[in-house]
Amino acid sequence: MKADRRDWLAYRWLGLACLALSPLAHAVLGGAAATVETDKARMFASGTVQPGAQYTVHEMTLPRGTVVREFVNPAGVVFGVAWDGPAMPDLRQLLGDHLPEAASGVQAVRRARGGIGPVSSSSDTLVIQSGGHMGNFRGRAYLPQALPAGVSPDVIQ
Amino acid sequence: MTAASARRTLATLFATLLSGTVLFIAGCGGGGGDNNNTAPPASTPTPTANQVKVTVGPNVFRNPNSLVTSVTICVPGTGTCQTIDNVLVDTGSFGLRLMASAVSIALPQVTANGGIAAECVAFASGTTWGAVRQADIKLAGEVASAASVQIIGDSTVPNAPSSCLGQGVQDISTADALGSNGILGVGLQSADCPACANTPLSGAYYNCTSATQCQPATLPVALQVTNPVSLFASDNNGVVIQMPAVPVLGQFSASGTMTFGIGTQANNGLGSAKVYTVSPTRGTFATQYNGVTISDAFIDSGSNGLFFDDSSITQCGDAPGLYCPASTLSRTATIQGLNGATASIPFSVGNVDQMLATGAYAMAGFAGTGSGVFDWGLPFFFGRTVYTAINGRPTPGGNGPYFAF
Repeated sequence: MKADRRDWLAYRWLGLACLALSPLAHAVLGGAAATVETDKARMFASGTVQPGAQYTVHEMTLPRGTVVREFVNPAGVVFGVAWDGPAMPDLRQLLGDHLPEAASGVQAVRRARGGIGPVSSSSDTLVIQSGGHMGNFRGRAYLPQALPAGVSPDVIQ
Repeated sequence: MTAASARRTLATLFATLLSGTVLFIAGCGGGGGDNNNTAPPASTPTPTANQVKVTVGPNVFRNPNSLVTSVTICVPGTGTCQTIDNVLVDTGSFGLRLMASAVSIALPQVTANGGIAAECVAFASGTTWGAVRQADIKLAGEVASAASVQIIGDSTVPNAPSSCLGQGVQDISTADALGSNGILGVGLQSADCPACANTPLSGAYYNCTSATQCQPATLPVALQVTNPVSLFASDNNGVVIQMPAVPVLGQFSASGTMTFGIGTQANNGLGSAKVYTVSPTRGTFATQYNGVTISDAFIDSGSNGLFFDDSSITQCGDAPGLYCPASTLSRTATIQGLNGATASIPFSVGNVDQMLATGAYAMAGFAGTGSGVFDWGLPFFFGRTVYTAINGRPTPGGNGPYFAF
């Protein structure tokens, strides 16, 4: 907890600085790989990079322990994000302009069939799944059209 | 008038009618657990009434497999009470949350840090936002005195801050979006954010100091929204939910019981049930399915289906995420507790659209995709007695947290 708090304080100032300097309100899904750094700063996270042949994974740990992975294709575009941990990440930050589409997709499914619990929505342009329960969340979102050739969406975890 | 607003009007009407009824009943003074001073001396104390009815059936929110009960709340220490129906019974969360639109009595607000306390809560389906107020929560003969409750959509606090809204895919702070009048969280923990006692966290507790300003803030555990069962004077180590079996493709309704306490009275013993311990922080155990071990598995009465990934099962045409196989499928998965205990669980996956078309509300075969988890939702409870033991509380099966069945 103490380490978390130090991180939090350190990144808080970095985050505030970015907020003040950058006109970019949102990263990251569909954004350039550089926006991953914006996400890290905004969410006060620490992280690592795992380069791969078909895609690169940027992994970051948020102050409350949730792990976020962002998947970048060879063109440098973030094509998927996944989260796993005790608290939800900031989806406004992670999904950016895609969040309203995700919300309306989920709401359409709910209107048609009711439902409580995990949510899911899928279209040609965006797939999102969000599940879990209090203290334990897992989910992912990706852009099917930005998946590198030959890569299964199953890797986005 | 849109369908949504019609449903809302109906919901409000129902809530109003019901709250009126209940106020009347409460006014008639059915003795609660507060009459100890006047009770005659007895050699055998009468056990506290520890069981409430829980139901799945038609509801104004048109939600299938929604397990609900009625909850009585009172202004702390007074006889000013109200009973609210259609409150979701949720073993996946901790604490009572009620829609402001369903609450008609004036509950005192929780103040801290020089302002009004508010809370943002992330659920799998979205976020709820509202004030923290205190109430005596009464369920059967059990009382959680002056317990903090989240009042969702409470107009006395400013609109949800963006740091809250970002915690979910959608805002579910209306009865329509929530699909119930509230959520009764009777899961594996007591307080809902112990870390918030020391650190202000985005998307948890907030301090509202003006009509527009709420900032993340600390809140002592004693003032946090807390699993009311953990606050009962007795029968406070967990709950037992018992539901009858229902058909795979469903039936109109089903009713069962929720009993408070595990091994504390004659009616809540573990019997032959086996204990499956879970991660004390995440409430998860393992489930093996199709040769794959999923470490993120849990039992959750607040999920209306079994949610797991199986790419071989056809999803519903315009509702990806729900399963619509041409005919009912039989599957088996194995639950493994952290204590090594295992159970092979046969289950069925039916066609969701076919079920809904019959007008059913209680269906054992309702299922969908899981995004890497195995979520044993309400269908798991049909035909079973399921025990949910609270973290750190002693029971005849060992300390919580665990599930047993």
